[in-house]
Amino acid sequence: MDQQERTEDRSALIIGILPVLMSSVLFLWFLGFVPQIAEGLVIRSEFGWVPSLGISFSFVLDGLSLTFALLISGIGSLVFLYSNTYLSRHAHFSRFVMFLFAFMLSMLGLVLADNLILLFIFWELTTITSYLLIGFGHETANGRRSALQALFVTGAGALAMLAGFILLGLTIGSFELSEILDQSDKIQSSGAYELILLLILAGTFTKSAQFPFHFWLPNAMAAPTPVSSFLHSATMVKAGVYLMARLHPGFAGTELWLWTLTIFGAVTAVLASILAIRQTDLKLALAYTTLMALGTLTLFLGQESGYAMTAFATFLIVHSLYKASLFLVVGCIDHTTGTRDADVLGGLGRYMPITTVAAALAAMSMAGFPPFLGFIGKELKYAGALGVASEPVLVAGAVLAANALMFTVAGIVAFRPFWQNRKASLPRSPREAPWQMVIGPLILAVLGTAFGLYPDVLERSLVAPTVASLLGSIEDTKKLTLWAGVNLPLILSLLTVITGLLLYWQHQFLRAQLSDILAQLPSFDRGWDHFLGALKLVAFWQTRLIQPGLLHHYLFATFATVWAGLTLAILYGGIDFRFPNMAKISLQGAAVILLVVGGAAVTTVTTSRITAMAALGVVGIGVAMIFIVFSAPDVAITQLLVETLVVVLVAVALLRLPRLDVERSRSRIYDAALAVGVGTLVSFIVLAVVSQPFDRRVTDYFETVSWPEAFGRNIVNVILVDFRALDTFGEVVVVAVAALSAYALLRVTAQSKQKR
Amino acid sequence: MNSVILKAGARYLAGLLLIFSIYMLLRGHNEPGGGFIGGLTGATGFILFAIASGTKDARLALRVEPQSIAMVGLGIALLAGLVAAIFGDDLFTGQWLFLGGNEVEKGLPISTVLVFDIGVYLVVFGSVLTLLFAMEEEI
Repeated sequence: MDQQERTEDRSALIIGILPVLMSSVLFLWFLGFVPQIAEGLVIRSEFGWVPSLGISFSFVLDGLSLTFALLISGIGSLVFLYSNTYLSRHAHFSRFVMFLFAFMLSMLGLVLADNLILLFIFWELTTITSYLLIGFGHETANGRRSALQALFVTGAGALAMLAGFILLGLTIGSFELSEILDQSDKIQSSGAYELILLLILAGTFTKSAQFPFHFWLPNAMAAPTPVSSFLHSATMVKAGVYLMARLHPGFAGTELWLWTLTIFGAVTAVLASILAIRQTDLKLALAYTTLMALGTLTLFLGQESGYAMTAFATFLIVHSLYKASLFLVVGCIDHTTGTRDADVLGGLGRYMPITTVAAALAAMSMAGFPPFLGFIGKELKYAGALGVASEPVLVAGAVLAANALMFTVAGIVAFRPFWQNRKASLPRSPREAPWQMVIGPLILAVLGTAFGLYPDVLERSLVAPTVASLLGSIEDTKKLTLWAGVNLPLILSLLTVITGLLLYWQHQFLRAQLSDILAQLPSFDRGWDHFLGALKLVAFWQTRLIQPGLLHHYLFATFATVWAGLTLAILYGGIDFRFPNMAKISLQGAAVILLVVGGAAVTTVTTSRITAMAALGVVGIGVAMIFIVFSAPDVAITQLLVETLVVVLVAVALLRLPRLDVERSRSRIYDAALAVGVGTLVSFIVLAVVSQPFDRRVTDYFETVSWPEAFGRNIVNVILVDFRALDTFGEVVVVAVAALSAYALLRVTAQSKQKR
Repeated sequence: MNSVILKAGARYLAGLLLIFSIYMLLRGHNEPGGGFIGGLTGATGFILFAIASGTKDARLALRVEPQSIAMVGLGIALLAGLVAAIFGDDLFTGQWLFLGGNEVEKGLPISTVLVFDIGVYLVVFGSVLTLLFAMEEEI
């Protein structure tokens, strides 16, 4: 290993270890809040930002945000540790770490923000960072497509959501969530309630990949595995769920809320579980079960009962623990064997004992075996589903189907690769993954087991406070127990296991059948391609239409628009003008007018460019003389100098330009008509302006304060450099940028000419 | 263009125009003039020189790339505006210092406003020359 490589390794080590430490510290810091929050305390802090618009840096820590913050920072530290090994050899490792850390901070900001606009900003930050992460493998067309798809879908939803936020803020008169959510009566009785809700749900549904926006999430698996495990199981996709939970106290309780969330959640859950069975790629199978989990969480958020909320809070934690763990396990398998195809893998149990243990623990939690936390979560789900306000049988049926299918997927992902005999040979011989990669999934899986054995701890520390932030009091929290006696949920659980086993036994047959059916159905993913294609065609057509590249067209369109706009304004607003008293025009004035009119006339009729230019110069000098007549020397000097420079510029350009084309007589008629139209209109407007008495307030103000306050007698210059210095600065920036752009354009054409 | 008279004349005219442009710049606060007009006048001088002797010589005489002049001007203007922040005023508030003033005479005024105007001068001067040199060279 040469010197350079060694230093790179060392810097990669530092880059890799820093975020692990920082996120662990964050995790411990948040952990320190657990006792306070468990007592029902809500911590809030606020710094001003744009107070006039009601935007502030305000953060709130209650049960719900603490649960999310702990999941994000906790899983985050394990994922960072994992990536250190998984991606350490990657050329852009430090870039990856930076993206991922930026993502984690945005996500923490999102769940802690109390101000709607602040929340939106963090929301979009997660969109952008996840775009970078999904597109981390941007060398492949698939990676780019997936990243762009995720960005477009979630970004479009977020825009709708912003509109909903603004409407909500205006309706209530505050952008602080803590103030808004106290006024659920006012929200739900306002006329905009339905619109606000639908707009915000557009944002949460796209972010949380609810049907029919579900297609981007499986594609996002183009990201490196640690990203999938972090973003697409534990955090980002849960942002939508988080927001729905956050808004629950203010919005829940209406038919619209109940039915929208129930229907979309149930459809997503069942559809995703079916699609999950079809996958042979372990990562994709997990991705679809994530969709199922998101659907279930949404479904429960539609309700208001204590059971449903307890089920929501518990399943949220259960799912994050086992899903992150399983994703990381799949990453371990992929890393050491070189494949994650379920049909190829098998018999890994002997070679990867620790990974096997982690996978088994996580999968049993996922399948819902006692004594794992997943079992408690499942019991609560059934209890919650049976108590729903909408259609208990249907909802319980949907949950049952989803759970049974999830059982099957757990078998496919965590049982088959480790225990079943291998049929094909692997790309690399299997061995245990390094400790940095094994420890993460193991810790998460063990946590799932430990919480299953001691559910009280979890209930008191996180579940109850979360339910309290949703329903207002801890009282409604239902007990988390392994054994609640023989009741309907237990019977349903048994039914789940039996169905799941049957499905697992037949899953390869089912998969083949499903593939045949699905191949004939229209796919949202292909529909997306058609949509993008159509969008590009429209953009192409529109660009060709409004940017043909001919200066003549641009000018014509600009002036025609000006003319039409002004005419409309005058037609609606009316115009009040007086013809000036011609007798009052002085001799100087008449001479200048003649000069300007004559110059303009010659410009229009001549066929020689030189003549046209000179005539136009005469017009310019005439205008400068008007300024002199009205004693505005600064403006006159500037006008004269600019005229001079324009003559030089045009003279230089003239050498290249062809002769004026006199053949285009038909287009010249239109030009003339437009010119006369605009000229007449502007003349009328000027007459109308000068008919009004001159308002001297501004002039008087500057005349009085110019010397005492700005020590200058030339008002024009004092305004330019002192009173309105910021505007002047903006103008000189424009001047400089324009010159640089023109320079760049000319250079490029000069170079391409040289090459030819 | 190949005219000896023009070449010889342009040399002096360019110098005169440059001096005049600085005069316009400095007197701008009380009399007609200022950074914009000064910058345009100065650029006219150099363009005259460029027409007479070619842009190659004009660039040599300028010593610095015109686009750098524009950028430096932009920086000076911005700095002049930022000075106000040190004194706790709003951005671009003029700061004044009167050298050697007494009860009767105000003294020699030195201000960030003048510095700002110098920035404007340089931006206009540099931008116009950037554009015109590039045009002449490309064609």
